Amino acid sequence: MRMPAPDQALIARKAEIVRALQRIVPGEGVIGDASGLIPFQSDGLSAYRQTPLAVVLPETTAQVCAVLAWCQANGVKVVPRGAGTSLSGGALPLQDGVVLGMAKFNRVLEVDYENRCALVQPGVTNLAITNAVQADGFYYAPDPSSQIACTIGGNVAENSGGVHCLKYGLTTNNVLGCELVLMSGEVVRLGGKGFDAAGYDLMGVVTGSEGLLGVVTEVTVRLLPTPETARALLLGFPTVEAAGATVGDIIAAGVIPAGLEMMDNPAIVAAEAFVGAGYPTEAAALLIVELDGPEAECSELAGHVRAIANARGATSIQVSQSEAERLAFWAGRKAAFPAVGRIAPDYYCMDGTIPRRQLPHVLTRITEMAESYGLGVANVFHAGDGNLHPLILYDADQPGQLEKAEAFGADILKLCVAVGGVLTGEHGVGVEKRDLMGEMFNETDLACQQRVKCAFDPDLLLNPGKVFPRLHRCAELGRVHVHRGQVAFPELPRF
Amino acid sequence: MLKDALKTERPTSADQVLELVADAGAAGRRLEIIGGGTKRSIGRVTNADAVLSLAKLDTVIDYAPEELVLTAQPGAKLADLERLVAAEGQMLPFEPPHLIRLLGAKGDPTLGGALAANLSGPRRIRAGAARDHFLGFEAVTGRGEAMKAGGKVVKNVTGYDLSKLMAGSWGTLAVLTEVTIKVLPAARTEVTLLFFGLDDAKACAVMATAMNAPVELSGATHLPAATAARAPLKGEMAVTALRLEGFEASVATRAEGLAIALKGFGQGAQLDAEHSRAFWVQVREVEAFHGAKGPLWRISVPPASGWRVAEALAGVALYDWAGGLVWLLSQDDPAKIRATVGALGGHAVCYRGRTPAFEPLGGPLAALSARVKAAFDPKGVLNPGRMAEG
Repeated sequence: MRMPAPDQALIARKAEIVRALQRIVPGEGVIGDASGLIPFQSDGLSAYRQTPLAVVLPETTAQVCAVLAWCQANGVKVVPRGAGTSLSGGALPLQDGVVLGMAKFNRVLEVDYENRCALVQPGVTNLAITNAVQADGFYYAPDPSSQIACTIGGNVAENSGGVHCLKYGLTTNNVLGCELVLMSGEVVRLGGKGFDAAGYDLMGVVTGSEGLLGVVTEVTVRLLPTPETARALLLGFPTVEAAGATVGDIIAAGVIPAGLEMMDNPAIVAAEAFVGAGYPTEAAALLIVELDGPEAECSELAGHVRAIANARGATSIQVSQSEAERLAFWAGRKAAFPAVGRIAPDYYCMDGTIPRRQLPHVLTRITEMAESYGLGVANVFHAGDGNLHPLILYDADQPGQLEKAEAFGADILKLCVAVGGVLTGEHGVGVEKRDLMGEMFNETDLACQQRVKCAFDPDLLLNPGKVFPRLHRCAELGRVHVHRGQVAFPELPRF
Repeated sequence: MLKDALKTERPTSADQVLELVADAGAAGRRLEIIGGGTKRSIGRVTNADAVLSLAKLDTVIDYAPEELVLTAQPGAKLADLERLVAAEGQMLPFEPPHLIRLLGAKGDPTLGGALAANLSGPRRIRAGAARDHFLGFEAVTGRGEAMKAGGKVVKNVTGYDLSKLMAGSWGTLAVLTEVTIKVLPAARTEVTLLFFGLDDAKACAVMATAMNAPVELSGATHLPAATAARAPLKGEMAVTALRLEGFEASVATRAEGLAIALKGFGQGAQLDAEHSRAFWVQVREVEAFHGAKGPLWRISVPPASGWRVAEALAGVALYDWAGGLVWLLSQDDPAKIRATVGALGGHAVCYRGRTPAFEPLGGPLAALSARVKAAFDPKGVLNPGRMAEG
């Protein structure tokens, strides 16, 4: 993965940069020594590593402002970081850049049940928000699998999803506002506790901007009353097609389950061997359907789902009879990644979304590709919203296997786009899919996005090298001459 | 110049839109962008050289009910789309208001207009706004470039979420030429619980209590006595209404639970599905204020503060979104209205009156918004003066 060429002059100024940051954030808040920087070398996409110039861990918004303003004045690049759980390399450091870690912003500032929202600092973990309010009968809906560790600031940056986003939406549908520090050090407040905000919906643009537009220092999240009950069904099918058709039928029947997950046979077998959740290991595909709401609703809908599954030839149908059993059904799915980690030394998780009707075709093609690459693959799938997570199995110690896995992954994502889908459903572009952006967007589409970047960060100092396959200086973007769709774009070197 | 005297272009293809915008930019001309033109009176465009109407770009390009996705040209009429999805047992989840009679407008509101204005109906408290269902688009920017963003699947984080930026930008950034939205299954049935005679503060408390119960409330409105007395209700006292939608058994159970949770607020009544549907169309369309004279304000505040708006200001109010949306007929000074609402953490848009519709932003946010406008439309070709931002 090629990153922008590091600025050797900046690297030579390291001691000066560390001293300047220490003046802003005194005490233990600045890390410059080699051993201290090691934990920050990578994020959840551990195949890529880079030691940053320094790490700064501010504790106040004023410090964040001062750090960013100083870095802008001195041309120093900044990589914001939450818990570092990104699966797309969003927090991958730069050799000539400072990592701005938000871990110390870890307080829930206000819980407002009258308006059903909470004001939290960005370093609060996703699960901690729910923990803070669940005794009062509320929760925060988006639940990425990393929710025990990932922070709400990172969730905003990545527009994180989770298994319940079919019914409850992604982060963008569950945040109301934020305090944002621009690279200039200026502070803007976006949104608030009300439903509509004045002016352009910049909160909507910042959500999912992967740390390229600003640094979030406060987030107002929406709280929901906890559903009375939840029930899960575990459905085994002899073919992927039958499972896919069942998903379509459930939605056609007007049921939007809280969660609707699919696993293929390799994923079922791996998960069952790992946690013993009682999965039917002979099934070609497994569906987990979660229904939530009042008991009467769960019973009624479970009846509908059971009938649909029967009609589609399900070979096994289990309905959870207790909370313990419901959690057991989920245990295998939630452990799918580590389970797959036991059957291969390394795995590489992809994240494309496809129109659901394309599922059988896409899974067949993935199997064919796996054979031609000589690599294994297990598929888990947020089936309700078409978000596919193929896990490519490889061994990084075997020369050439990582590169093969990357090429296989790229082929899968190109296939997703070719059938009408997208490169990433919830993990973000980061560095991982950066060079595939051209599969979905042409130069004009990307120029429009990069001009938004320029409106927030004209010197391109915030998280450069992520999302966009080419770095264009803002002045160049302004000069792009387009008339009647004919793009005369200066051919700039690829980094 | 009078608006009616301006030439109206009615392109029939995205390529023609591109040509018209590019030519206008090259010639230094400015365009007013309209769909059905029904919301033209909100945030008037005063200095356009021509009108670009998208009314003839009205084709449904793809509707895949099983994928919950609909792609259409922006001039597709809301009423047509509502019929189309209803035939498949689905709905536009954000329940877009048409507002024709409220605004005294003629014509047909379009999907593009509803998205550009980010207009959402009573179901917003549960299902979200127009922006939450806006998945992707193609457009022509003020620079005269054809571009696209987002996707045609329900879950996507590839690139910046520019659909959100387009929603609520009132055509000041780009001219939409194709939009993709998420649809959802329509509720099998619905029921509305009514409470009578509550003052505004108590009504907001009732709505908050209902919102905080695990009943998936999909509508919470309050009509104070003076509002309820107007047509179409012509009631004798204030009405507070709570809507539940879903499958039959579930709705019945939730209605029971809600009635118990609220029994301290007096004897309620229920509207069955048919009457409930009719009632919520009246709320969505703000029918109580049809034909009313004088300035009309659409005020967004934190829901629990809704009642404080009408307490502090003169006039007649209608509350939607559990108090988070206040429609207000008020002769009060616009500056006083904006200051009062601002102090409550909200903002006010003047839908009818002798004052700029949109509240000007201040400080770094105003500068940032101006830079975003310039990123898409540096010469100010599109809808000059419509929003404070552009």
